[in-house]
Amino acid sequence: MAGIQLNTLRKIYAGNVEAVKGISIDIKDGEFIVLVGPSGCGKSTLLRMVAGLETITDGELFIGDRLVNNVEPADRDIAMVFQNYALYPHMTVYGNLAYGLKNRSIPKDEIEKRVRKAAEILEIGDFLDRRPRQLSGGQRQRVAMGRAIVREPAAFLFDEPLSNLDAKLRVQMRMEIKKLQKELGTTSLYVTHDQLEAMTLADRLVVLSGGVVEQIGSPIDVYEKPASTFVATFIGSPAMNLLPLAKSGNEWKLDNGANVDVKLNTDLSDLILGVRPEDLVIEELSEKFDTGLHTALTVHVVEPVGAESYVHGTIGEGSVDVVVRAPGKLHFEPGQILKVTAKPEKLHTFDTKSGKRIELEGALETA
Amino acid sequence: MKRVQFSHPLMPYMLLLPQLAIVGVFFLWPAAEAIRASFYLEDPFGFGSTFVGLDNFKDVVSASEYSRTAWFTLIFSAAVTFFSLSIALLLAVKADNVIKGASTYRTLLMWVYAIAPPVAGLVGVMLFDQHIGPLNDLAHALGWNMQIGVNYFDTAFAMTVIAVWKQIPINFIFFLSGLQSVPKSVQEAAAVDCRSSSRRFWTVTFPLLAPTSFFLLIINITYALFDTFGIIDLVLKGEPGNNPVTLVYKVFLDGFRGNDLGGSSAQSVILMILVFALTVVQFRMIERRVHYS
Repeated sequence: MAGIQLNTLRKIYAGNVEAVKGISIDIKDGEFIVLVGPSGCGKSTLLRMVAGLETITDGELFIGDRLVNNVEPADRDIAMVFQNYALYPHMTVYGNLAYGLKNRSIPKDEIEKRVRKAAEILEIGDFLDRRPRQLSGGQRQRVAMGRAIVREPAAFLFDEPLSNLDAKLRVQMRMEIKKLQKELGTTSLYVTHDQLEAMTLADRLVVLSGGVVEQIGSPIDVYEKPASTFVATFIGSPAMNLLPLAKSGNEWKLDNGANVDVKLNTDLSDLILGVRPEDLVIEELSEKFDTGLHTALTVHVVEPVGAESYVHGTIGEGSVDVVVRAPGKLHFEPGQILKVTAKPEKLHTFDTKSGKRIELEGALETA
Repeated sequence: MKRVQFSHPLMPYMLLLPQLAIVGVFFLWPAAEAIRASFYLEDPFGFGSTFVGLDNFKDVVSASEYSRTAWFTLIFSAAVTFFSLSIALLLAVKADNVIKGASTYRTLLMWVYAIAPPVAGLVGVMLFDQHIGPLNDLAHALGWNMQIGVNYFDTAFAMTVIAVWKQIPINFIFFLSGLQSVPKSVQEAAAVDCRSSSRRFWTVTFPLLAPTSFFLLIINITYALFDTFGIIDLVLKGEPGNNPVTLVYKVFLDGFRGNDLGGSSAQSVILMILVFALTVVQFRMIERRVHYS
């Protein structure tokens, strides 16, 4: 067991392409950290640098108290679960689990004991004599997990381990991974592009974009206080509505000229206003309040998903798409004008240029 | 499977006819003729033949010259197969690890493959030439008085080296593509599981190369047994004397130089049986242990 420390890790590929631009994360012992971001954000590269499969251009990597920048993958005391499982096709399931132990000269009876135990935890005891090609995707996934568990490493590294599974199995395995990690208490670093997977698994989320950390925090923190417009739109589905506003006299206007009735106590002349679809409430269903946001949108498309409906519309004439999460039993017609409100504490504000979050200290609530 | 309908029932046979004719004329007929001839004593001048039963076979097997040739063939084939496979594998593994200028290395290593086999054989022979051959000069410089065509071992050595040299590029290409088809993630998983890269190679990469290796093993044994005829002929310059020859070359020598068609046919029948047995053994025994992922 050990923590992992990443000190301004950088990865520069041939041709001066900087994939990871100085990332620092302090992972505590036993913590489940999820690296999340769109493809090409450097999350897999970062994980592979921790595993030792990619060289570290600059910065320091500690596993436990040991500087491991130039340590071979096999000597880093980590186990990795790969996206396509990467099982050894010519070995039985038992052979796959035992391989990493055999190479570490662990006595035979100890190997046997650990493999049986892992097989029992993962319910793959019946397949130990089979070869990977005789297993289903979910079973292969379990074997890949088992190969990591038997090693009893300081840390687990997961590289999008669930993305090859079908949706139902993915949800099931997600829960099992979380349960297993809590039981074993092994420090874990998990890479995914699926924000739902990230939210449900993580003790702390690391949102990456373009090789830099956008935000580190607990899933709820990241959801409720996104540090930038990128995080705001990446985490949460449907994504947060972003309204670029500019001050005109005493009023806030969208770039299509439409007025947005919102009370913001700020000296800024422009900012981006963010509000999550579930925080936009249809006025008739809401208690009355003067502060916060009041606006009307023209309904364009309605997506009923059962318990709720996603109502897409625009404010004024133009392309600013706004999504409202409305109760599923309501009926909406395209072209209909829908009045919506949002409470002041539900509003997020971001800088127009940098996209960074602006905290308007107590300002949102006053008129 | 969709059944193809032909307008006339004879049509499929007509389409097969050219291929069957080629197989018949160039394989089945000579093979049948060889089997027939192996039971007859042919007059060297073609004035008739006498049925002698198994006498040809008895003569062939009991001749000390034959067992000597058989032993040489065995050792020669084993050496050629082993060295051409292992050197090619070594080169392929090294080339696979090269990152800078990888394609240049690979092209250079495959170059010999692009040369027509007889030309490659001739180049090989020239390298060992008594007068102009650089390898011969090298051997002399190292104090080895190499006399190809005179000394039994020297001749065998030159034959083996040339045969191996010519076969390496083909094996190299297959091994390299085999290595590149080993999933990268499996190799990475092995890197996490095992520190020693040579151990990783023998426990993960090599077993995954097994289908390629098995295919090449058959190709190389066949090559060493039969396709080295030209190289042997070039090295011996058609004058075998007391020099080593393979069984296949001996069939040619006895039949066309010695004019012993019956004995020569008996030898080729023995070879036929040998090849048949070899093929059965290879597919039965080895394929069962080969993992095709």
